[in-house]
Amino acid sequence: MDILITGLLLGGTYALIAMGLNLQYGIARIMNLANGEMLVAGGFAAFWFWTAGQISPLLTIFLVAPVAFVANWLIYRIMLRPLVKRAKSRGQLEVDSILATFGLAFVSVGLMLAVFGGDYFSYSHLARPVHILGDTYALNRLTAFLAAVVICGALYLWLNLSRPGVSIRAIAVSPESARLVGIDVPKLAAIAFALGGAVTATGGALISMFFTLDASTGVLFTLKALVIVIMGGVGDVRGTIVAALLLGIMETFVASAIDPGLTLAAAYLLFVLILLFRPQGLFGRRGT
Amino acid sequence: MQRRTTLKLAAALLTATMLGGSAYAQETIKLGAVAPKTGPLAGGAAVTHWPNIKLWVEEVNGRGGIDVGGTKMMVEVVEYDDQTNPAETIAAVTRLATQDEADFILAPYSTGLNLAAAPIFDRFGYPQITSTASTDRVAELSGQFNDLFFLLGQNSEIVGDAVEILSKLRDAGTIGNKVAMVNVADAFGIELASTAKPIFEAAGFELVYETSYPLGTPDLSPVMKAAKAADPDAFVAWSYPPDTFGLTEQAIIEQLDVGVFYTAVATAFPAFKGRFGAAAEGIMGIGGVNADSEAFQDYAKRHMDATGAAPDYWASGMMYASLQILEQAITGAGTLDRETVTQYIKDNAFETVMGTVEFDDNNNNPSYWTVGQWQGDAFRGVASTGREGVVDVKLKEGWE
Repeated sequence: MDILITGLLLGGTYALIAMGLNLQYGIARIMNLANGEMLVAGGFAAFWFWTAGQISPLLTIFLVAPVAFVANWLIYRIMLRPLVKRAKSRGQLEVDSILATFGLAFVSVGLMLAVFGGDYFSYSHLARPVHILGDTYALNRLTAFLAAVVICGALYLWLNLSRPGVSIRAIAVSPESARLVGIDVPKLAAIAFALGGAVTATGGALISMFFTLDASTGVLFTLKALVIVIMGGVGDVRGTIVAALLLGIMETFVASAIDPGLTLAAAYLLFVLILLFRPQGLFGRRGT
Repeated sequence: MQRRTTLKLAAALLTATMLGGSAYAQETIKLGAVAPKTGPLAGGAAVTHWPNIKLWVEEVNGRGGIDVGGTKMMVEVVEYDDQTNPAETIAAVTRLATQDEADFILAPYSTGLNLAAAPIFDRFGYPQITSTASTDRVAELSGQFNDLFFLLGQNSEIVGDAVEILSKLRDAGTIGNKVAMVNVADAFGIELASTAKPIFEAAGFELVYETSYPLGTPDLSPVMKAAKAADPDAFVAWSYPPDTFGLTEQAIIEQLDVGVFYTAVATAFPAFKGRFGAAAEGIMGIGGVNADSEAFQDYAKRHMDATGAAPDYWASGMMYASLQILEQAITGAGTLDRETVTQYIKDNAFETVMGTVEFDDNNNNPSYWTVGQWQGDAFRGVASTGREGVVDVKLKEGWE
């Protein structure tokens, strides 16, 4: 039970890390390698507000999210839109966007170094024990988990029930056909990309409560997010959530029951197994 | 095709101009600096390495430069980011030696990057005064590389002193016999853990919990829960910065009840105290300084004024000391000739912010801090191999 809850909490954290990338890659078709940097930037904002005025990250996210939304929308419009326009196929767009965002990642790291410095930004918020069913858990991780539930739930409902949500899902399935039925693909793709960035930055602000970040840790999160998105299936919110929870429980189980040294091995074993038996991911669609 | 030729020509011209630039008569001392600005060790280098270079260069140039045989020469630094990648460190040191023609090259950051670059320093005949490298192979390495110096100390002493502190507390009856020991699965953590294990066992301790975890483990709560379940009297972690913070936070959440709580790298960082506040009281870690010495307090204040951040309580002072040693050696030798300066470093004693430093026959600084403890607002040295100002160890009492 302890393992299950600890694993769920970690899975919630992973969902926060990966959800934004799923929106960006699955819908806007941009394999954003600068995703981790956006996360770190969100974390830094939370750190800065906390140290400057003891403002809780739970409030900071209401500022971080819109700012990140606008920033990502601009990145998409200025930097990525030309790539989308000239791309003849999905494959070409992927290669181009990987190269472009790889560069963006370096620029972001450089900018963050210049602005924040290279020091660790580490603070403690809600690092209190809470007792659930007789075991202790960190309040900040529980909070992040609840936030993940709210964010993922809202995204899921919005994508499935609202008209723009359904249009966005249509783009995820087939951008060409979506245009034929009168969906403004460029506009909605930009919104999906911006939304993904906002979710990522919000996640960063939340996980900075318990992760020690510095300007160049972004790439670690990009990798993790990539693994989760691919495991879950590109472009499916449910897939990302399930994959994140699965990974969290798996890692916690291995760390508790076998050996903490094997968590990485176990995570990648799971990844390899899923790729072998369901290459399109848990909820992915076969072959396009 | 034509355009490509033009481009090539332009590039060649540009290179020629850049190379030509270094041919003017020498008025400044050109120093090379290579260390991480990005990558996994960038956070540590941003605390310990780079600020000291900034501070020292400002100070040296502020007093008109370094005295070289009666002439004052200003200092100019060429900086490279090695991205925490040994191959990049080697490339940058080579570049500094051959293209930039640096007069001296400051030692890189961390044990691994320093050892990777040692053959290159040696080949080009540059003294390498390391301040962030800690290894047990000092004798072997200094035999191999004539110009390699070690300030920070040896792992076996660092580990040995930590175990000795635990032994004393146990023999006094203040803590029991059970130790939980964890380490980060990385060269540093593995080396220290494997050094520590036989020493703990020889001292008669019982290792009730022992594990390693990968670098960058996102959730250390399973580790801390298992350690707590083993009911230890002391908790020792050979950890790196992100997990030093992570383990301490989990210990607070689990309210781990131990008399000794020890984490390794980054425990001595001001950010550690900044994050954990009163809970940091009594936590032990690698390093320490004589926090009450005038030399250190003055240095800490200048560091704060020049860089806007406090130095850490371990390697920062040593990094600054390495720069002081270089300066004093250049002035003492009265020349920029690297061989003469290296010999001068070997033959003389130097006054630094960390006290007097005199290298032994293995180019090793024999007196350094091994264990420190957060007591009040400072991380004070509680064990050393011959430094003044050791304070008494306190027990860890709760997390409030």
